[in-house]
Amino acid sequence: MLKIKNINTYYGQVHALKNVSIHLARGEIVTLIGANGAGKTTVLNSISAVTPVRNGEILFNTSPAHSLSPDRVVGMGISQVPEGRQVFKPLTVEDNLELGAYLRIRKREGRGVIRQSLEEVYTLFPRLKERRKQLAGTLSGGEQQMLAIGRALMAQPLLLLLDEPSMGLAPLVVQEIFTVLKNLRSEKGTTILLVEQNAKAALKMADRGYVLETGKVILEGLASELLENKEVQRAYLGKEKKEIWER
Amino acid sequence: MKRELVKYLLLVAAAVSMPYFFSDGYMMNVLVFVGINTMLAVALNLLLGFAGQISLGHAGFFGLGAYISGVLTATHQVNPWLAMLIAAIAVSFLAFLIGFPILKLKGHYLAMATLGLGIIIYIVFNEAVDITGGPSGLSGIPNLALGSLVFDNDVKNYCLVWTFTIVTILLAVNLAHSRIGRALRAIHDSEVAARVMGVNVRLLKVQIFALSAFISAVAGSLYAHVMTFAAPASFGFHFSVELVTMVIIGGLGSIYGSLFGATLLTLLPELLRTFQDYDIIIYGLILILVTMFMPGGLVQGIPSLLGALLPKKKEGRG
Repeated sequence: MLKIKNINTYYGQVHALKNVSIHLARGEIVTLIGANGAGKTTVLNSISAVTPVRNGEILFNTSPAHSLSPDRVVGMGISQVPEGRQVFKPLTVEDNLELGAYLRIRKREGRGVIRQSLEEVYTLFPRLKERRKQLAGTLSGGEQQMLAIGRALMAQPLLLLLDEPSMGLAPLVVQEIFTVLKNLRSEKGTTILLVEQNAKAALKMADRGYVLETGKVILEGLASELLENKEVQRAYLGKEKKEIWER
Repeated sequence: MKRELVKYLLLVAAAVSMPYFFSDGYMMNVLVFVGINTMLAVALNLLLGFAGQISLGHAGFFGLGAYISGVLTATHQVNPWLAMLIAAIAVSFLAFLIGFPILKLKGHYLAMATLGLGIIIYIVFNEAVDITGGPSGLSGIPNLALGSLVFDNDVKNYCLVWTFTIVTILLAVNLAHSRIGRALRAIHDSEVAARVMGVNVRLLKVQIFALSAFISAVAGSLYAHVMTFAAPASFGFHFSVELVTMVIIGGLGSIYGSLFGATLLTLLPELLRTFQDYDIIIYGLILILVTMFMPGGLVQGIPSLLGALLPKKKEGRG
């Protein structure tokens, strides 16, 4: 479904992604883990065309997506839930969600269909329905994350990009959100690319994973294998920490 | 939406009833300027209050509208309505072209760039003496006319200007409540997030800049035909700042706020005439007090002020 071939992305002089290649099959949940500054967010922003790639290819269902503008990418069926949620704080919950359907409303999709999507999001996150007239800035962190996911879903994406949805949230809330994501895949067949610092939770949920280090993919494999991998355990899962400390 | 309709009908009723209250020409003349300034403040509010993009050059667009309309009619005998249309299209096209490079800038840098734009336009008005008449102004601009009805006195001008003002407000309110209005507020809050929602941020910013310039140019054209005279002094930096003040005092992101802001800032100098030399001090003082005590602008401040002044229901005071 998504094929990233040898992309290179720069921030000015800084070479942020070095020949990164990633692929996702339809209906897969794939996670991207790595330390701060490894380039995880840059991968998502390159797919979303927020930061342009300098060379390499991004193919979405065999059509090139690396030379499009961000709105075109959304139009193809790729939605991003940006890092730190980025809900529109001065707007109501419902306005936020309707903004997610921006391109669909522009394509003159009827009020009824949009309404229906809205109800679907509310079924997924009933708490959003309770608060739909409230300003997004007044929601709790977990609710804002739900809103950000719901907003992305309003575009009816085929591929959902999530940038650290667990950031700053209580473990229980993280669990709740991850459950929703899993259901989304099983019910709607949505493909998910998940960027996470919380490597353990991410690998437990995902089918496959990539490990990114200073702009390079250093490991890839089944999520279950990565969970068992000694190097991953040491660097990202916090095991054998004592051993290193003693060394 | 119903509340919006009620507000709008109230506005129309108020506008229609004004000529019955004020029979003297002087007040009608002041209200003509309230109408023009409201159009300008609404136009700027779409850019500043909704999309969050500052412009310190709007007096330039206003002036260009006035001068293009004025030169075409006074020097080249073009039909005034046609001249107004040409002015509006030309100015919005110019804004569209300039918008692409300029709106890449943010915050202070955008303020600087638009300030520069306004100043350049102002200098052209002053220096292109052959076309604009230079600092002494351009006179002999004809009044607008519909058949045999010539808009040549204060009451007629009032009706003309306020027809445009009311249509502008209707357009702006509709835009504010549409998909576009939501997208503009989204840009204001976070450009990146708006972008990944599928909003073409760059184009939309330029489009709203051009629309804002269009409305400003129409207001400028009306100004020229009402005054039958245009001079650079009315379109300088000072007036750009005054427009920003109107928008902020009225309330950012509120269309009716701009109406109140423009009304207050246009009427105040007239009302303060009785204080003679001290008027400017009192004017400044009022602006400071409004910004201090009504941070959300008049639209939010007045209701809460009324709430505080009206006798409170009996509450146990501790």
